[in-house]
Amino acid sequence: MSEHKTVYKWFWVWDFQKEEMWLNEMAGIGWVLEGVGFCKYYFIKRLPEEYTIRMEMNHAVNEYVSFMKETGAEYVGRMVQWIYFRKKVEDGPFDIFSDLDSKIKHLDRIGRMLLIIGMANLIIGLANTFNYINIGWINLLCGTLLMYALGRIHGKKEALERERVLHE
Amino acid sequence: MMNDNIALTETTYYILLSLYTPQHGYGIMQRTEALSGGRVRLAAGTLYGALSNMCEKGWIIQLPIEDGSRKKEYKLTEEGQIILRNELIRLKQMITNGEAVMKEGYHV
Repeated sequence: MSEHKTVYKWFWVWDFQKEEMWLNEMAGIGWVLEGVGFCKYYFIKRLPEEYTIRMEMNHAVNEYVSFMKETGAEYVGRMVQWIYFRKKVEDGPFDIFSDLDSKIKHLDRIGRMLLIIGMANLIIGLANTFNYINIGWINLLCGTLLMYALGRIHGKKEALERERVLHE
Repeated sequence: MMNDNIALTETTYYILLSLYTPQHGYGIMQRTEALSGGRVRLAAGTLYGALSNMCEKGWIIQLPIEDGSRKKEYKLTEEGQIILRNELIRLKQMITNGEAVMKEGYHV
């Protein structure tokens, strides 16, 4: 019988790299990601340093996931638009993106997603406020937070774009 | 066509080079790593995006999937070969210029 555990943890969307780092720290001490839920991570006990974990935002089709599998990655699960993969350390280094262009595109995907949900929340919030519906402030708050997240992601993207001027 | 005259990225260059003979995704990653002596490692997500992009541009095509194999293979098109050959000319010029200037200094 293998050992399992569930950890509840919250990460802001702009901290997705920290989330990935934490998942790899867990894998480092032998807790390997086995599944994901809302703020919920399922781990299984394996050997320390047996797996590398990577995550990305992608509304990927099955075709993409099969492509990843062909290259030796295991599909762990997805939460909303975030997909989690893992790969055995002995099968070599594991990254999802290897150049600045694709990292910038990834941040773009995250940004677009935040913009859509953020705008939707602001519009609904404003509409509710003008119609004297009291819960309008909830959407306004969510919308504002999502716009803040968009700003943070945009900042990361700009840093990469400055790099990209000089090299790939 | 104008944009197709600018420099290829290292990712694009090595993918095209790896597809000089047909190859599937993982094969492209392995060939690139071998050709570059381990220096260039294409990550799968980057590779997937680049492949779809190049298919759209018509530089490569996907081969029909054969029975028994579920891995998709890709192949350079004639246009892809031209792109690759032009890039090689551009790279050679860069090397010639670099070597000349660093050996003899800059003369107009």
